[in-house]
Amino acid sequence: MDLKDFKTYEYEVVVVGAGGAGLRAAIECSAEGMETALICKSLLGKAHTVMAEGGMAAALGNVDNRDHWKVHFRDTMRGGKFLNVWRMAELHAQQAPERVRELEQWGAVFDRTATGLINQRNFGGHRYPRLAHVGDRTGLEMIRTLQDYGVHQGFDVFMEYSVLDLLKDGERISGVVAMVRDTGEFIVFRAKAIILATGGAGKAWKVTSNSWEYTGDGYAMAYEAGAELMDMEFTQFHPTGMVWPPSVAGILVTEGVRGEGGILTNNEGRRFMFDNIPERFASETAPDEEEANRWLSGDKNARRPPELLTRDVVARAIMKEVKEGRGSPHGGAFLDIASRREGDYIKRKLPSMFHQFKVLAELDITRQPMEVGPTLHYFMGGIRVDADSQMTNVPGLFACGECSAGMHGANRLGGNSLSDLLVFGKLAGTGAAEYCRSRKAMPSVDPDQITTIIRDATAILNRERGENPYLIHDDLRDTMQHKVGIVRAESDLLEGIDELHKLRQRYQLVKADGASQYNPGWHEALSVRNLLITSEVVARSALMREESRGGHTRLDYEGERQEWSNANVVVRKAADGSMLVEPVVRPEPPEYLKEIAYAELSELETSIRNELK
Amino acid sequence: MGMIRQFKIWRGDSTSGEMVDYQTEIDEGMVVLDAIHKIQAESAGDLAIRWNCKAGKCGSCSIEINGMPKLACMTRMNDYQPDQVITCSPMKSFPVIKDLVTDVSWNYEQNKRIRPLAPKPRDKDGNYRMMQQDVDRIQEFRKCIECYLCQNTCHVLRDHQKKSNFVGPRFMIMLAGLEMHPLDTADRIPEIKEDFGSGMCNITKCCTVVCPEHIQITDNGIIPLKERVVDRYYDPLMWLKRKLFPDKKI
Repeated sequence: MDLKDFKTYEYEVVVVGAGGAGLRAAIECSAEGMETALICKSLLGKAHTVMAEGGMAAALGNVDNRDHWKVHFRDTMRGGKFLNVWRMAELHAQQAPERVRELEQWGAVFDRTATGLINQRNFGGHRYPRLAHVGDRTGLEMIRTLQDYGVHQGFDVFMEYSVLDLLKDGERISGVVAMVRDTGEFIVFRAKAIILATGGAGKAWKVTSNSWEYTGDGYAMAYEAGAELMDMEFTQFHPTGMVWPPSVAGILVTEGVRGEGGILTNNEGRRFMFDNIPERFASETAPDEEEANRWLSGDKNARRPPELLTRDVVARAIMKEVKEGRGSPHGGAFLDIASRREGDYIKRKLPSMFHQFKVLAELDITRQPMEVGPTLHYFMGGIRVDADSQMTNVPGLFACGECSAGMHGANRLGGNSLSDLLVFGKLAGTGAAEYCRSRKAMPSVDPDQITTIIRDATAILNRERGENPYLIHDDLRDTMQHKVGIVRAESDLLEGIDELHKLRQRYQLVKADGASQYNPGWHEALSVRNLLITSEVVARSALMREESRGGHTRLDYEGERQEWSNANVVVRKAADGSMLVEPVVRPEPPEYLKEIAYAELSELETSIRNELK
Repeated sequence: MGMIRQFKIWRGDSTSGEMVDYQTEIDEGMVVLDAIHKIQAESAGDLAIRWNCKAGKCGSCSIEINGMPKLACMTRMNDYQPDQVITCSPMKSFPVIKDLVTDVSWNYEQNKRIRPLAPKPRDKDGNYRMMQQDVDRIQEFRKCIECYLCQNTCHVLRDHQKKSNFVGPRFMIMLAGLEMHPLDTADRIPEIKEDFGSGMCNITKCCTVVCPEHIQITDNGIIPLKERVVDRYYDPLMWLKRKLFPDKKI
């Protein structure tokens, strides 16, 4: 085959994924004068960001003026169990406020304080009210603002295109091959730089808050292209997903419910989070209902209720209640806002939660408690990148947003994702533009690579008979749910890896019926490849980390272990095609950041006050 | 516990198509989108439908269910009688791509025609100040999830095919959100009248009825825009004021 046999477009930068990170990256590339393409798997504005509810964290200090980037940084590191890439957590805390203000300037209309500033709400793990929000539909506000602003910035948008794999020119990245969903035709995008903003891979689990798009495409493509994946064992189970009825199990119930005062109880009516306060957070958490109630009524000296501990802690506590027989009727816990706030307030601050439960569960959250349980929500791990430029170890390949690693360490704080998308989306755009300017010539693309990618994709349609892709996916989700779930053990993980191996063999014979035009069965089959690779990376990383930390819990290795406190698990494809998994020692952080992260809160606040004088 | 339910689903492409019978077992709490996914997995792997969030937040799964424009993910199976056949067809106002998937690119072209916010400068401290009561009404418009059910239902677009004269309810409320935005400095009234066709809407409110976000599209969005157009172009007092004080934005 010759290159002229393929329909080919040429750009300087191609951004894959059009959620918050991808859109922000594309906007920055255009601002830098780059010819840019933005490829999205769905229609523009429908990416997973649209589902984010609670808000975006930024130390604006509008509601409590004691807030400061250093406090946000400290909260992020503690929430991440000190496994975050220090520089990323620093950049994020410093730049998030300006990214929020910029979004407002582009048209976002956040809820306001009494003096007309951007209002901020409380959230788990954040010391102060920090989340800029719009009711409980902040993600919609963010993606629509970026979309409406972005369409005037000059980049080209390719909607409903699935990117199949990356192309390389020697070590360098040189493009991607995509499939047009409407027609089933293949397009080659040549580019100097590719920015992956493809999100996570929640669709590998049975109970997840993620949509069909979340199939680990970026992880698998980057892995196949020789990029490193890091921290993939840290999968966040959000403590509050819907548990009933079965068809909606996993759909997210925003942490904003607890931020607005909602409490968790078991079937004995006990607020069990008071029994689950970890040592590290004890001095900053209300020990009893009396102090927690004072916090709810606005007493600034009262400490935060334990329902607002970090997500990993709350998810494990709910699991424990269920396991010990104190769960709700459908295997979760009760989340009660009805007894804490007036009906009108609930409808104003949590309108989509009200609507969601009313329609999908026939339940009125202003009158009755909700039933909630953990749901796979987010990947802390991902593609390993340089903190400042977001470039991977493959020259020309960049990653930002959920598909990149480092910012959140072992556990992400709620609200830190939306701000992550904007901060690192912008940095990836700048990084890619700088890279492009340093490389004048367009790298070449190899027709053989393109042919192989297209042949693998069409083989799924052309086979006479074979395995139903929907059934392979179902079995994969069973495996991950039960063997690589919220609580893990060596024996389960080994069985899981074995089952994944068998699924990979079945996948060799996957068959989609029908033609290539808008064929969901075919898309399902193409996604399952990416899910299988991602799942194996998660399982093998989880097997290696012999401790419990953040989003990774091992029954056979309880608690955080000293020997693991200073290592990240990194995975890459070896020269012989095997999966190489190894611990990599973390570099020593700069002194000034260590001082902030390990400071006593009162010490840190005093030093900030003195600095501001 | 499940029961077998009957479906008629439109299958076809831009050239031809027909209703095809399916059946599947329905469990408690299922919505129409769940049923379609089940049919996909069991007997029609290539049956095309758009979807993303499955929680009424993204506006992808807009179809017509028993003749009513709806989100498939927020339409419960128990909204219908147990023996009722569920009919699913694509949105009528847009060209079919395949099965239940339509080409909605016209809407994206309209979006691009609308000038983005032209914000005034920030306050000295780098912030903007807007009071909640001044943004309440535009926050209502910004709840829009772009499902395009209103565009599909609007008879100007659906029955009269006046897509070149009228931008449709979704984009009227987008324009209202900009026109009423406390930070916006642009004068949008002339284009709202001339380019986007505010006069075409004759207030039958069908768009409001089908809006899954319950936005009062006509009452709170389109009618106030029509009033602003009338004030500008047809009110003699306002006309005189503008003549006398041409520099003032009235």
